Amino acid sequence: MNTPPGTGSSGVLRLRERPNSPHRGKRRPGLNALGLLFGALMAFPIYWMLLTAFRPAEEIHADPPRFWPDHLTLEHFRRALGTPTFWANVRASVLIGAGTVAVSLLIGTLAAFALARFAFAGRKALVMVILGVQMIPLAGLIIPVYLLLSDAGLTDSLPGVILTYLVFVLPFTVWLLRGFVAAVPVELEEAAMTDGCTRLGAFRRVVLPLLAPGLVATSLYALVQAWNEYVLAYVLLSSNDKQPLSIWLVSFQTGFGTDYGGLMAGATLTALPVAGFFALVQRRLAAGLATGAVKG
Amino acid sequence: MGTTDPQPRARRTARRRVLPYLLIAPTVLALAAVLGYPLADLVLLSFQDMTRRELFSGATPPWAGLAHYRSILSDGFFWTVVGRTALFTAVCVTATVALSMLVALLMRRVAPWVRTAMTGVLVAVWAMPIMVAASIFRWLSDADYGVVNWLLGLLPGLDFSKHNWFENPWQGFAVITGVVVWGTVPFAAITLHAALLQIPVEWEEAALVDGARGFRLFRHVTFPAIKPTAVLVTSLCAIWDFGVFNQIWLMRGGQPEKDYYLLGVYSFTESFAVNRYSAGAAIAVVTVLMLLGGAVVYVRQLVHLGETE
Repeated sequence: MNTPPGTGSSGVLRLRERPNSPHRGKRRPGLNALGLLFGALMAFPIYWMLLTAFRPAEEIHADPPRFWPDHLTLEHFRRALGTPTFWANVRASVLIGAGTVAVSLLIGTLAAFALARFAFAGRKALVMVILGVQMIPLAGLIIPVYLLLSDAGLTDSLPGVILTYLVFVLPFTVWLLRGFVAAVPVELEEAAMTDGCTRLGAFRRVVLPLLAPGLVATSLYALVQAWNEYVLAYVLLSSNDKQPLSIWLVSFQTGFGTDYGGLMAGATLTALPVAGFFALVQRRLAAGLATGAVKG
Repeated sequence: MGTTDPQPRARRTARRRVLPYLLIAPTVLALAAVLGYPLADLVLLSFQDMTRRELFSGATPPWAGLAHYRSILSDGFFWTVVGRTALFTAVCVTATVALSMLVALLMRRVAPWVRTAMTGVLVAVWAMPIMVAASIFRWLSDADYGVVNWLLGLLPGLDFSKHNWFENPWQGFAVITGVVVWGTVPFAAITLHAALLQIPVEWEEAALVDGARGFRLFRHVTFPAIKPTAVLVTSLCAIWDFGVFNQIWLMRGGQPEKDYYLLGVYSFTESFAVNRYSAGAAIAVVTVLMLLGGAVVYVRQLVHLGETE
């Protein structure tokens, strides 16, 4: 918990190679096997999704089920991509995700900086509010949020959805980033300011680069929240071409009955962007969790 | 501002005093507008009687006082749902945290390549959107061609062919618990493992020298060191599981039977399926109040962590 974020990533790599377990050096093949078994069990649903998505319909319905692919086909993907609104739904999902991430990072960093660097009246109250509002389940607020957005003329519009998601990811964003800002030694900033940087310049040149792992972890969190959400988008967005992929996937399910090949292809397509982003930043993720989320 | 800046000191301190408020202003405004205001509106709504007519005409709904709360709290079905939600949360949280703790401990003791493989799988599962996870589990537990039925059928004496998991809500909830636990274990295990990595090697080595082994070592040395993280993970899981909505909604095809109602689903269907918006609001208010219990533990833990920083 004391690793400063700047060294976070390399710190984790170092730890990975030489874990601090007291049982170092006494590796048991039984434990390795147990670890692999657990990994295989956890991975099986994903494997089964991919296998179903890529195999022809008659193999999907084989009895007994076959666990290795015999023939591969793209027919399910062709069907999924062929649904009329698919690309519009992708566009909506991307806009909602990117909008939520960008705005929450921007205003969340400002608030996190204030909380980490300044003592001001009302600071403690703000911290309590930020931590407390995370308890409020989104599903419970659908009715008043809907009323509010319809008064503002923002129903069936992507900005309305982004605004709502923003508020639900902001508390955790601020809290996570606060930990990262606090871990940057204030002396670094002061030194930069002594050398003639403005406060903004010191922030941009000194603090921001050291915040990178925190920003990555935070944007991942915001993206996943925005990508996962279903109910609110379902209530707020009535035009088919504005709905995100989560709604598309559900409509797919009812539209195709028990066409599991098509459904699994759709599920694969829905999961792909987030999985790609995770793969890109997974190194940073552990570092981010170790320093930001846990450090107060 | 450089030190050579000729700006008067008083103005600089004044700016310094205003700056934090400027920085938090966007966050505070957004929270007040899209969270604070609706929350107040939710409470107000629960004391009124909003129907479809008022929703579309924009007229002020008639005052209903405590009527909704009275009818909810005296309704046996509401308490059934509360009990079911509590039990569901307890089972999911226990399973998630216990499994994640074992996995995190195991990850410290396996060979590096096995650890890399485990981390890879956990991150991949973590990246699965909830809707995708629910679709996969629906397919795995499918009555006709699901792998789960086939696997269970291999066991002697069991016949699971064409078995419908959602006919009996207990079995249905077993599948839903499976999705929820599968989806939360990665976050919990990776976070706990990250916390385990922060324990100074010397602590456990000293305890090993003193003869502590196995469960005693865990209870007296390892666990106390990661307790703040464990409490954090547990309360976060509890908050998420208490509010589970999507998984049930999806696995029941958008029309959950009454046997599958948890508080979130109940409030939503009251509002949007039956159009009793105020009754739905009252259920949501009661849900939020119940969550405050979990909130207190969570906030106190976080504030405590922040102070000992």
